[in-house]
Order: sequence, then structure tokens, then C-alpha cells
Amino acid sequence: MELPEASLHLPIPEAYEAEHVHHVYEQIAGHFSSTRYKPWPMVESFLKMQPDGSVGLDVGCGNGKYLTVNPKIFILGSDRSPALTKIASQHDHHSVVVADALLLPHPHSRFDFAISVAVIHHLSTASRRVMAIKTILDALKPSGNTSGMHGCLEKETKPGSGGRALIYVWALEQRGSRRGWDEGCEQDVMVPWVTKGEPNSAIHGTGNKSRKETGLKRRGKRYAPKDASQRTGREDSRSESEDMKSTVPPSTDRTEQEPSTEAIREFGTPKGGPSPDGREKSAEVTKTFQRYYHLYRSGELERDVVMAGGRVVDSGYERDNWWVIATRVIE
Amino acid sequence: MKVLTVNFLTCAVKACKGTALSFPLHFRDAELVQQEMDFHPTFVRNVLLRVDWEGLKVTAAELGFTTLPAEKPEGEALDNEQLLKDLHTLLLETQVTEGKLVCGNCQHEYAIKEGIPNFLLPNHLGSAPKSEAAFVE
Ligand SMILES: [Zn+2]
Repeated sequence: MELPEASLHLPIPEAYEAEHVHHVYEQIAGHFSSTRYKPWPMVESFLKMQPDGSVGLDVGCGNGKYLTVNPKIFILGSDRSPALTKIASQHDHHSVVVADALLLPHPHSRFDFAISVAVIHHLSTASRRVMAIKTILDALKPSGNTSGMHGCLEKETKPGSGGRALIYVWALEQRGSRRGWDEGCEQDVMVPWVTKGEPNSAIHGTGNKSRKETGLKRRGKRYAPKDASQRTGREDSRSESEDMKSTVPPSTDRTEQEPSTEAIREFGTPKGGPSPDGREKSAEVTKTFQRYYHLYRSGELERDVVMAGGRVVDSGYERDNWWVIATRVIE
Repeated sequence: MKVLTVNFLTCAVKACKGTALSFPLHFRDAELVQQEMDFHPTFVRNVLLRVDWEGLKVTAAELGFTTLPAEKPEGEALDNEQLLKDLHTLLLETQVTEGKLVCGNCQHEYAIKEGIPNFLLPNHLGSAPKSEAAFVE
């Protein structure tokens, strides 16, 4: 197949995201997942406050780390990456599907809640980000129509309050972080992810169990410690791997500074065999993937929610991310 | 995937969403396994409030479960523990591991592999990575 010449110069958003987001996650799935096992406190409390028997979505569920937070609810997770979805499917209390956030296969108005953590910022145009938020909001029970069709449940939050979505995106304003981005910086950036000689282990389903079961050694110490002057209190939770210096500027996160991040692991021998993309020599140990992000400015997420037809119930900033809780306004 | 799951799925094609024929999606060549899950009556009761009963009846019949009540159990009927257990078995323990989900509106088939249905669409039906070719050198 040939790509039209023009597309090389003016990338189609779908094509751009396929290369700089989807393809990357598919390749790094196993490694990515092995660094993801602890939920964000804010997301955790949002899930825990959902009433028993609530049904919700996790759009861009990744390895499914939020699927274990509250066993009394049912979550339908989705992710664009089949490899990550496969890892997430190990949480068999719930269900996962492979789906695009812009083309979710869910009926409208059926869901009590939705979360989307570190996903929307991977979409490369404003209209696609708004569309993704709208797609999520459309799945929620609208305000004013909570459980009317099937009778009211006494534990329902508030009659008429509708479903709620919690959305997290990476912030532009993070001057305290290692990256030092702040107001005025470029909002559309490429962020590297460094893997260590590990073929796509997602296929083998190592998933988030690998950490404890394999007893692999952490290797963060190998890297120079971070310049103390750049540290702030907000970085307490970050891992050694994220402090690696910049010849291989690592990001081990879809959102930066997720408390779940752990050190990159030592893999006994670099594995040979087919490399993830066929371009890499088997002898190479590290591989850097570049992922596209749109860094959100203060107020931008709220604006996108309103443009998507939603209402902002609450919003805030947590560890270099903007978050919003939104409901769907009845038309 | 669980039988419950398909009650919350429809076609990913935008033009199909909301059409009567696109819900529920229809199983084809479904391979079933039973997977034991903990039984929590309250959970089943509350999830049942969210279930589209007409859709569930269609799905259940296609999979060979023909004993569902004609109307969604409500009120005192939900005190019947055996009924809740049966619903638990159907909704949560019955897993479709392989097969297809088919949209009754556009007839598009979504493959289910190892229990995971794939809703990514080919180019002509929606998004789909138009740049797949870029990875094939
Ligand atoms: Zn369809």
C-alpha cells in the first residue's frame, strides 16, 4: 500500500495518532503495564463512592488497574490497544473490549459513571478531544433522568443527578516537575518512553502481576540522581526510573508522575528474536518510543467539557494533571 | 466477555447508534464457558436495575437460555434467591470466549477472541488507523 504523498506533510489526525500513540502503546504494553498497578487516589475515591451495582465505563483502561478498586460495581473497560486490553482482561470481575474512544460501542444514556484517565490528551486536534469527551458523556445517564426507566434505587446518589464522568489529562503547568513545562510552553509535545530489551511481553500476559512474581531487580540506581534543585514536593511519589537523566529521557507514564510508577526492571538477558517493529537489532537493549501529548492549559479541560455539551461539577489539579468531574446536560 | 457485557454494547458505527436494530448485538458462533464468580445478591439486584431486559432476553435466547421471565423481576420477586443465583450464573458467570458479535443494522461483524470483542472499525466505516501502511515497510 502507498500513502498519498500529501499525507506525509499534512498528517491526518487518525494517522498521526495511530503512529504516535496507538502503535507505541501496542509496543510498550507489557513494560507499560508492569509500571502500572497503583491507582490514583482521586480516581480511587471516585470509584469507591459509586453505589453498589453501578455500571460504568473506563475509557482507555490500559492494563485495567482501576478495575480492581471497587468490587461492588461493574466496569466495562475499553482500550485502543489490544495488548493492553488483554492484560486488563485478567480482572475477570469486569469486562474489557478493544475500542476507539471516538467510536465507543456503547448505547447512550445507560451508564452511572465513566472514568477516562490520561487518554484525551493523546488526541491531536481540539475537535477530536471535544468529540471524545462528548462520546463519553453521551454514554452517561443524563441529568434529570437518573434511573427513571427502571425505578429508583434508594442508594442512588441523588435523583436527577445523572451519571458522572471523571476525566484526567496532563497539565501544561507543571513547572515543579522534571520536565519543567509551564504556561507559555508548547502544548503539543512528543514524550519519550524507554523500554529495556523487552519484546512485547503483553502477549505473554505478564501484566501487572509480573512485579511481585518475577522478583526482577530494580535498576533505577544506575542512573544519575536527579538534580535536587529541580525537585519539588510534588515529585515525592515519582520513581527512580522517571529521574533518569536526559540522554534517554524517560517517561514511564501516560500521565506523568502517576504514583503507580515504578522503576524500570532489570531483564536478565536482552532477548533476541523478532523486535517489536522489525527495525531494531536484537542486540540493542534500550528502545525509545515517542508518544504524542496535548498538554492542557488551565481552564481548557473545563472549556472542552462545556463544548462537548457537559456541565462541570467539580474540577482541579493533582500532581501535574487537570481533572474534571462532568455530567451530561439534558438537551 | 460476560452476557451482562453485551447488554451494554452496541455497534461502533456512528450511523447505527440508537437504531432499533443495533441493540442488542447478536452472537454468532459463540463458544461459551462457565466461570465461577462470587455470588453477591445485592450486586445482582442492583445491576439488574440497569439491565435492558428486552435486550437480555434476545441475547439469552441466542445463547440457548430460554427460561428468563417475560418481565424483569422487580420488588418481591428479587427476594427469590434462586432467581438471583440463576441471573448471576447467566449474567456474570457465562462467558463468551470466541465468536462474533453482529450488528443487526449494518451487519458488521465484530470478532471475539479470548473473550475480548474488538470494535475497531475498518477505514470505510469510521475512524480506523488510516496510517497502518506507514508501519509496513
Ligand atoms: Zn452497525
